Amino acid sequence: MARLNFFGGFKQSLKQVVQPRVTVQYPKVKRVKPPRLHGRHVLNRYEDGMEKCIGCELCAAVCPADCIYVRGADNSPENPTSPGERFGYVYEINYLRCIHCDLCVEACPTEAITETKMFEFSFTSRADAIYTKKELVVDDEGRPQHLPWEDWREGEDRYTSAWMRATSPAGSAAYEGEVGWSAELGYGVRYPEGGQSGKRDDSKTGNISIREVARNKIPVRFGGKVR
Amino acid sequence: MGDPLFSAGIDLGVLIVVIVKALVAFGLLLVSVMLMIWFERKAISGMQVRIGPNRAGPFGLFQTLADGTKLFFKEDLIPEQADRFVFVLAPYLTLLPAFLIFSIVPVGGTVTIAHHIVELQVADPPIGILFLLALSSVAVYGVMLAGWSSGSKYPLIGSVRASAQMISYEAALGLSIIAVILESHALSLRAIVNSQAPHFWDWNIIRLGLVPFIIFFIASTAETNRPPFDLAEGESELGGGFHTEYSSIRFSLFFLAEFMNTITMSAVVVTLFFGGPDGPGFHFLAWLWPILWFGAKTAVFCYVQVWIRASLPRLRYDQLMELGWKKLIPLSLAWMLIVAGVLVDAVWGFAMIGLSLVGYLLILRASKVSRIRRISALGESTMQQRIGR
Repeated sequence: MARLNFFGGFKQSLKQVVQPRVTVQYPKVKRVKPPRLHGRHVLNRYEDGMEKCIGCELCAAVCPADCIYVRGADNSPENPTSPGERFGYVYEINYLRCIHCDLCVEACPTEAITETKMFEFSFTSRADAIYTKKELVVDDEGRPQHLPWEDWREGEDRYTSAWMRATSPAGSAAYEGEVGWSAELGYGVRYPEGGQSGKRDDSKTGNISIREVARNKIPVRFGGKVR
Repeated sequence: MGDPLFSAGIDLGVLIVVIVKALVAFGLLLVSVMLMIWFERKAISGMQVRIGPNRAGPFGLFQTLADGTKLFFKEDLIPEQADRFVFVLAPYLTLLPAFLIFSIVPVGGTVTIAHHIVELQVADPPIGILFLLALSSVAVYGVMLAGWSSGSKYPLIGSVRASAQMISYEAALGLSIIAVILESHALSLRAIVNSQAPHFWDWNIIRLGLVPFIIFFIASTAETNRPPFDLAEGESELGGGFHTEYSSIRFSLFFLAEFMNTITMSAVVVTLFFGGPDGPGFHFLAWLWPILWFGAKTAVFCYVQVWIRASLPRLRYDQLMELGWKKLIPLSLAWMLIVAGVLVDAVWGFAMIGLSLVGYLLILRASKVSRIRRISALGESTMQQRIGR
């Protein structure tokens, strides 16, 4: 017992009393979410309002949980839905199956499907859990739609494609920070999210690094800012 | 001596006073247990950088009430293998001593109500502190029978641990109490408190030295099965120990008893070593100040109990036995002898110190010899394993 620094434990537990609490009053207050959190999907649109989805079904093919159902159709030449030949005529995601792995986002050739950071949604029926194109497509300002059973907070709907912009489009470290993606409705061409090379500019992307988020909550002893 | 309330015979007035005292004490104890559970949860979450209960009522004060209501309405299960009568009896055997021990603790001075001199304590039996020892032994039965009657393995292990632990530590508890009795020349808790009265340097903690207090505090923590001596419960190894099979209201009785014991033992520590309700008072509301002093001191010890719980890991069974038998009991025995010797004469005091030192060396030698024998009895390889551990 002598080896254990007997009174050190008592001192430690008393010191903790004056430390700031790490608890977040969750439903009332939410922690800032990590920039690359995988949440509910959106179907993006180009700046002119055209849908990005071309109905290629690559997302459905890659989905490990088999939760995506896509059926493409030909655009009508007079009134096209997407620029190109085909568009996603039916697009359904079953959130009872989705595991939010983001493989669909990786597979998508036109950056049509991305994920928001909203994961707090609860349904009371199976029909509500299956999101159709009506619910998934962003509105005319490029924001995701807010459904009654989803818990959106102020500012949460702005960063809908962080994960995609976090990776170099070529998958190569040499291209880190290079813009290789198309513009989005309501946002234009989004800035790349910084990687580990220090080329980041978080004020432009609007993202807060998860390390910053954590640092404000973690006591100094553990490498945080809070005294 | 004895209770001045009964000196003029027992009439209706005395009877009413006694009943009112018992009811008030009962109510206060229940309320303070409710607050204690809340306080413990709040304090320990403070030490763990959490917030703790804050939903029910202001600052979560009614959390205990909510939990109690929930437990009350849960299904009451009695295992098929259980000895039904003992199983039902055991929680009350645990709860009752906690109540009754508190009844002999003086919470304040004396007041005069309608020509009756009323001591602010439920009862002041001449046997006083022996009553405490007797009841804390009864509490062992509660825990032991609970585990045994459950007809299940983990509770049985828990109850065996509990009875071994409580019996071992009762010896140290009793020996440290003897030092107090010797110094105060009385068994009655009122008399013990009065003997510590006028100044704080008359408190037993100073008159007797720190040692009996420390031993008593450790032993009482072990008696009440509180961490770090909660081997009988051992959530991580026994799944709750003696109360694994208990649910609903019977479980809440155990829960109640545990926290009531915390308060009671803090109160007893204050009474025996810190002068009880002794403290500076004023003429304005003179009867109130001792009660406040008593409450404040008890609250401090409740906090210390929580502090210990937050700081120390649970002892292993062999560590528990070693602390009890090899350290606390010899130490309290030696200290008792020294106190007794000093009270008789300085020469006897020094003689007892010498005797204690000799005894200490003998114990040291004995444990060394037994260790060597044990090691040589084991094979070489097992010995290395032991040392590696």
